[in-house]
Amino acid sequence: MRKNAFMFLIMFTLIAIVGVFQSWTVAFMIINMCIISSIMSLGVNIQWGYAGLFNIGIMGFVAIGGLAPVIIATPPVFEAWEAGGLRVLIALIFGIFTFFFATFTWKKLKNSNLRPPAITLILVCGFFIYRYIFDPAVEAIEKFNPTVDGNLGGLGLPILLSWPVGGLFAAAAAWLVGRVSLGLRSDYLAIATLGVSEIIIFIMKNEDWIARGVKNVIGLPRPVPYEIDLQQSADFIYWSQTIGINVVDASSLFVKGCYTILFLIVLFIIYWLCEKALKSPWGRMMRAIRDNEVAAEAMGKNVTSRHLQVFVLGSAVCGIAGAMLVTLDSQLTPTSYHPLRFTFLIWVMVIVGGSGNNLGSILGGFIIWFFWIEVETIGHFVMDVLTSGFSENNSFRIHMLNSAAYMRYLTLGLILILVLRFNPKGLIPEK
Amino acid sequence: MDYLNAITALLNYVVIPAASYGSQLAFGALGVTIIYGILRFSNFAGGETMAWGAMFTLLFTGLFQSLGISIKPLPTAILALPLSIIVTVSLILITDRTVYRFYRKKKIDTSILVIVSFGVAMIMNGITRIMVGPSSRNFFDGERFFIKARDFKNSTGLAEGLSLKVSQGITIISAIIFVSLLFWFLYKTKTGKSMRAYSDNEDLALLSGINPEKVVSIAWIIATSLLVIGGTLYGLDKGFKPYVYYMLLLPSFAAAILGGLGNPLGAIAGGFVIAFSEITITYAFKKVFVYLLPENLEPTGLVQLISTDYKFVVSYSILILVLLFRPTGIFKGKSVV
Repeated sequence: MRKNAFMFLIMFTLIAIVGVFQSWTVAFMIINMCIISSIMSLGVNIQWGYAGLFNIGIMGFVAIGGLAPVIIATPPVFEAWEAGGLRVLIALIFGIFTFFFATFTWKKLKNSNLRPPAITLILVCGFFIYRYIFDPAVEAIEKFNPTVDGNLGGLGLPILLSWPVGGLFAAAAAWLVGRVSLGLRSDYLAIATLGVSEIIIFIMKNEDWIARGVKNVIGLPRPVPYEIDLQQSADFIYWSQTIGINVVDASSLFVKGCYTILFLIVLFIIYWLCEKALKSPWGRMMRAIRDNEVAAEAMGKNVTSRHLQVFVLGSAVCGIAGAMLVTLDSQLTPTSYHPLRFTFLIWVMVIVGGSGNNLGSILGGFIIWFFWIEVETIGHFVMDVLTSGFSENNSFRIHMLNSAAYMRYLTLGLILILVLRFNPKGLIPEK
Repeated sequence: MDYLNAITALLNYVVIPAASYGSQLAFGALGVTIIYGILRFSNFAGGETMAWGAMFTLLFTGLFQSLGISIKPLPTAILALPLSIIVTVSLILITDRTVYRFYRKKKIDTSILVIVSFGVAMIMNGITRIMVGPSSRNFFDGERFFIKARDFKNSTGLAEGLSLKVSQGITIISAIIFVSLLFWFLYKTKTGKSMRAYSDNEDLALLSGINPEKVVSIAWIIATSLLVIGGTLYGLDKGFKPYVYYMLLLPSFAAAILGGLGNPLGAIAGGFVIAFSEITITYAFKKVFVYLLPENLEPTGLVQLISTDYKFVVSYSILILVLLFRPTGIFKGKSVV
C-alpha cells in the first residue's frame, strides 16, 4: 500500500516539475489527458485483466464514443432534416430489416440447398434498394450549407449528457462485435476487433451526413465557462487580482481546473464501480473463467455470455472516455484516430500499470501519458547532447533533431518490451 | 470492336492493378502465414518489416544512384533488393534472439507474444521514421512503362488504351519466381520438409530429431525475405510512405486467414481474392457498360457498388466474414476457433 502511494506521489511530483519549469497550463493539460487515458486503460483492464479478452479495437470504441458529443450537443439542422432526414432513417431501418431477414432465412433454411442462393438474393436486392433510398437523401443533406453543416446535426442537449451516451454507443457497437466474434481463439478475436475498429473509423471519415466526416465538427459546446467570459467578469478579475495571477492565465487555469474536477469525478465513480465488481462474486467468477475456461464451464458458468458481458462493459468505459476526450477538445476530428495512439498506447498503459489491477491501470495511464507528452522534450534534449559534437548546421545533426518527435514510438515500444520481459506483472501487480 | 474495348478497359483498370496488388498482398500474407505456422502467433510487426525492407532498398538505391551504378531500363531497386534482404533479415534474426526467444523458451500464452510483437512494431516504426522521416518518397527509376496506353491505341486501333507499368510487370513476374522457389524449397528440400513437419506436429517433429531453433531461424529468414520483397514492390508501385505498410498488414492478415493460416498456397490465393474483390467492388463500371450495352440502355450513374473510399473496408469485411463462417479458411489451415 505504501509503495503504491509512493509511486503516485512520484507521478504528481513529475507533473509538478512540469508545472514549475514549463507552465501550469501544460501541467493541467497533461493531468486532464492522464485522467482520460486512465479511464481508457480501466476499460481495457476490465476486458483483459478480469476476463483475458484480447481487444485491440479500442480505437473504434473510443471513436464511436466521441460521436456522442456531436449527436447530443450540437443544434439540429432542420433544413437538412427536411431535405432527407426521414429518408435516411427509412433507409437505415430498411438495412437493418434486410439484415434480420437474411439471418432469419439463414436459420430457417438450415439443411436446404436453397440457402446460398436465397441469402445472396436477399442481400443483393436489399443492398440495391437500400442504396436507392439512401443515396439521394445523403446527397440532399450534404448539399445543405456544406461549409458549416452538411450533416443532420444533433439534439441540442447539454454536453455532459453525451458522456454516458458515448458509453452506450460503444456498448452497442461492442455488443454487435462481441456477438459475432467472441468464441474465436484469442489472437483472432484480436484481429477481428482490429478490423472492426478500422471499419468504424472509415465510416466516420466518409459518412458526412452523421458528423461531417473529414470536414470535422468544431466548436462543440462546453460544460465549463469560456475564458473570454471569465476575463470580462468583474468578480473573476477581482478574484485573480487578490491571488495575484494575471487574468488571462488565471482564466485558462480555471477552465482546465474545472475539466479536471469533472474528469476526476468520472474517474472515481468508474474506479469505485470497477473495484466493487472485481471483489464481488461476479468478479471472482470472471477471474475463474479467465484462469480456466473448461473448469468454469464444467461448474455451469456460461462462458460466452459472461465474455460478452465483460466485453460490452469494458468497451462502454472506453466510449465514455472517448466522449470526454472530444468534449475536452471541443471538436471531433476523425482523422486524428490512429491505432498506435488509441489502441497500442492504451495497451502499454495496462501492461505497465499491472494488468488485473484497477489502481495499476490508473497509474499506468498517468505514467505513460506523461511520457508520451514529455518524451519529445526529453528526446530533443538527448539528441541535442548526442550530436553536440557536430556543428550547428551539420545536416546529420539537423536530421536527428527533427527526428526527436518520432522518439515516442521507439521509447514506448521499448518500455512495453522491457516491462513484459523483466516485470510482466506490472508496477502494481494483481492481488 | 466494342467488346474488345470493354475487355481492354476491364484489363486496364481491374485485372492488371488487381493482379499486381494481389501479388504484393500474397507476399505479405506468406510472411504472416509462415511465422504463424512455425512460431504459432500472429506477427503484428509484419507490416513494419515490409516498411523496413522498402526503406533499406530505398537507401541502397540512393547509394547506387550516387555511385552511378544502374541497370537501365530496369529500376536500380532490383539491384538494391538483395542487400536490403540481407540487412533486414539480420536485424530480424537479432530481434528474434533478443526478444522472442525468451518467451518461446517459457512457452508463454500467444496473446503475450502478440503484444510483444506490437512493441517490436512500435520500435521498428519509430526507427523507420527517425531514419527517413514521415514523408512520401519515390525511388523508382528507369523506364516507366512496358506498354504505353497511346502506343497500344495506335497499334490496335482501339478506343481504349492498355498500359502496363514496369513496376506492375516486375511485381507479377517476381511473384511467380519467388513463389515457385518457395514451393520448391518447402516440398523438395530436406529442410523444407522438416519445416512442414514441424508446422504440422511439433512434438512428433521434435521426436524425429528436428532442431527447433534451426527451424525457427529459417522461418524468420524466409518470412522476412518475402516481406522485404513485398514491401519493396509495393513501394516501387505506389511510392514509399512509412505509415502505409500498417494499412497493408490487415489485408495481408485477411488474405492469410482467408486461405487458411499456416497454409502457403492458401495465402497466395487469399491475396488475389482480396485484391480482386477490393478493386472490383470499388471500380466504376460505367465505361464497360457503355461499350457493351445499346445506347438506350446506357447507365446514367457510375455503376459503382461502393465508393473507393471504402476500399480497405472491403478486405476487413471479408476478413470478418471468413472468421465467422469458415474459421479454417478456404483451404484447410490451422483452426482459429
